[in-house]
Amino acid sequence: MDLDPVLLARIQFAFTISFHIIFPAFTIGLSAWIATLLGLSLWKRDPFYRDLAGFWTKIFAVSFAMGVVSGIVLTYQFGTNWSRFSLAVGNVVGPLIGYEVLTAFFLEASFLGIMLFGRDRVSPGLHFASAVIVAIGTVISAFWILSANSWMQFPTGHEIRDGIAYPVDWMQVIFSPTFPWRFAHMVIAAYITTGFVVLAVGARWWLRGKHVREAETMLRMALGILVVLTPLQLVVGDFHGLNTLEHQPAKIAGLEAHWENHGGSVPLVAFAIPDETAETNRFELAIPYLGSLILTHDLYGQIPGLKEFPRENRPPVLPIFVSFRVMVGIGLLMILLAVIGSVRWARGRLFQPGVVMRVFAMTWPLGFVAVLAGWITTEMGRQPWVVTGFLRTADAMSPIGATQILVSLVLFVLVYAAIFVSGGYYINRLLEKGPVPRGPDHDPRPLRPMSAAHDAGRVALHAGE
Amino acid sequence: MEANLPAIWAALIGVSVVLYVIMDGFDLGVGILFPFTRDERERDQMMNSVAPFWDGNETWLVLGGGGLWVAFPAAYAIIMPALYVPIIVMLLALIFRGVAFEFRWAAKPDHSLWDIAFAGGSAVAAFAQGVVLGGLLNGITVENGAFAGGPFDWFSPFAIACGLGLVAGYALLGATWLNMRVSGDLEVRARRWAKTLLLVVLGFVLIVSVWTPLQYERIAARWFTWPNILYLSPVPVLTALLAAAVWTTLEKERPFAPFAGSVGLFVLSFFGLAVSQFPYLVPDQLTVFDAAAAPESQMFLLVGTLALLPVILGYTIFVYWTFRGRVRPGEGYH
Repeated sequence: MDLDPVLLARIQFAFTISFHIIFPAFTIGLSAWIATLLGLSLWKRDPFYRDLAGFWTKIFAVSFAMGVVSGIVLTYQFGTNWSRFSLAVGNVVGPLIGYEVLTAFFLEASFLGIMLFGRDRVSPGLHFASAVIVAIGTVISAFWILSANSWMQFPTGHEIRDGIAYPVDWMQVIFSPTFPWRFAHMVIAAYITTGFVVLAVGARWWLRGKHVREAETMLRMALGILVVLTPLQLVVGDFHGLNTLEHQPAKIAGLEAHWENHGGSVPLVAFAIPDETAETNRFELAIPYLGSLILTHDLYGQIPGLKEFPRENRPPVLPIFVSFRVMVGIGLLMILLAVIGSVRWARGRLFQPGVVMRVFAMTWPLGFVAVLAGWITTEMGRQPWVVTGFLRTADAMSPIGATQILVSLVLFVLVYAAIFVSGGYYINRLLEKGPVPRGPDHDPRPLRPMSAAHDAGRVALHAGE
Repeated sequence: MEANLPAIWAALIGVSVVLYVIMDGFDLGVGILFPFTRDERERDQMMNSVAPFWDGNETWLVLGGGGLWVAFPAAYAIIMPALYVPIIVMLLALIFRGVAFEFRWAAKPDHSLWDIAFAGGSAVAAFAQGVVLGGLLNGITVENGAFAGGPFDWFSPFAIACGLGLVAGYALLGATWLNMRVSGDLEVRARRWAKTLLLVVLGFVLIVSVWTPLQYERIAARWFTWPNILYLSPVPVLTALLAAAVWTTLEKERPFAPFAGSVGLFVLSFFGLAVSQFPYLVPDQLTVFDAAAAPESQMFLLVGTLALLPVILGYTIFVYWTFRGRVRPGEGYH
């Protein structure tokens, strides 16, 4: 078989990590949302919030399980498919992943048990604390993995001897220059993603007249956080862009399809089909001055053009040009939606049937698509490097044949498709069903009809103790 | 200190692997035993007995794999590509059984596919882990510090025997766990399963113990030369005594002792393997000293590990304590 193993391994990594990132992007926000609801239920002494938290915990459990199992695959894939990467950067990136396991994975996994199953075993306060710990754990996890990724984007704090990276200054490794903005950008993205899911589900229930109190609570809480976070994300994204221009100018030139400077100012290419062979854009539609203004905050600022970089050091232009526009476009749409909703809320017109509510009900995929588009932009934008300036992706692979990778890729696609379809179906079914009130405080009544008789017996036994 | 770092890390990874094998071992074992009852209520009980723990248990696998990468990148970069096929199979199997914990409840009453996914995934993951162990013990072709063999080099009767042995071993842990954690008819049957499995496991332990020294002079030399033979002779003796203790405590219907004894058998088996292999990570090719990461990297993570491991063990114990006692039928959040 005459297939390129590097290409196959890249497709496999892209596929498995894209599948994986969907779940953390959702569960980071979802755990915070559940913790908030449990906190409200303690504060307001209203079981309504507890039941709503219980409902979202079921969604969380299904999503988290998919995130865990698809994440383990990645840890091992570094070794199976990218052993030269593992060897070259193990000294530097390895400990960051190690700290992620030690400070986040165990924390999340252990307290998840209490969060999911402990409602009748621990006090409400401890149950709430477990949810908070899980929520914090997800952010700690994001901290370490984005630290590792940022180091790969723009490595600092290391030295290279015989093709192997050695740590020199751990603070510089962990807090490499692109890390703070990347971390902020991703965590906000995760909260926004969950926000739109909660908003959409609320709108869906409200339109059908089901679970109306829950729906209105969800709509209000989601809008409240989205109207703050979506504009904030624009600002953070802008600074992340400035930061990227400073440290990875080829990526910016690529995602803006900016081939060369013509003096004066840089226009913003709104639409084009970049042609990498001819080093130009076809069907270009550009807005004068806007490129300079956005990228340098100066009407006449210049950014390096792609032609200033040797061909072998340029990222693929078309995919990141498109994915970046998808991400930004969705981001702007999100701000619009959040503002419209908030204005209607302020005028007391939020809870009315109509176009706005129907649009809200369809917004759940927005965050996921934006997150994926953003990751495609930053990861493909780093190409041809896996670690910028140090290790090329093509040199990072394991010494294994294309067939193995192809077979495992096909298996991953089949298995993930099956898991994804089932998981999506079950989540949708849970959402359709909605929350089921659990009755008065800590009544250990049966959760499934089948076990009713059994439980009645146990209650009787306990009464006799 | 620096000179000892590789040995310390080898010990830490060893501890992670042992903790993983024991903890995920019993929950994989419960999955392996799933087909032996057809009663939905019993299966619910079995799954609920491990549901709060499985995720934490599986994290030790990430620590083991991640730890190997951090501390011994050169070994990680050889072992993973060499054992590509069984590792991918293990990961795929773990996916199925992991999501089954949630999907099975969400799918009810049409959950039979997820019963199969849970049981099949558990059994295949256990088998693949055994094959990984067997394949590693068998040795890996290495040239210039990189894997230089074919995709099916790991395949050998010995590796298959290790795979089957680990399935039986996990099932033994699962059965003794159920003996401790469920009630009624299922508890009685769990003890019956445990007895059969104990005999099967002992058979496999015997096979591996005879096979490895016969095949590798290095291992024979380690065990059967003076004075090692004196220091190491308690290992087989203790194994025999523990096995007998598991059997009799099962007869006496003790809740905890059979599980503890089975854990002891695993620890002894692991100790035996470690004695045979140390200091090799890749047999005859790469020692923990050759494969070690930069000392500053090992040191950096060691500080965190020593500080955090007690905390992790602390809250792990807390979680187990929270869910102590026999499973209450119908318990769960579902």
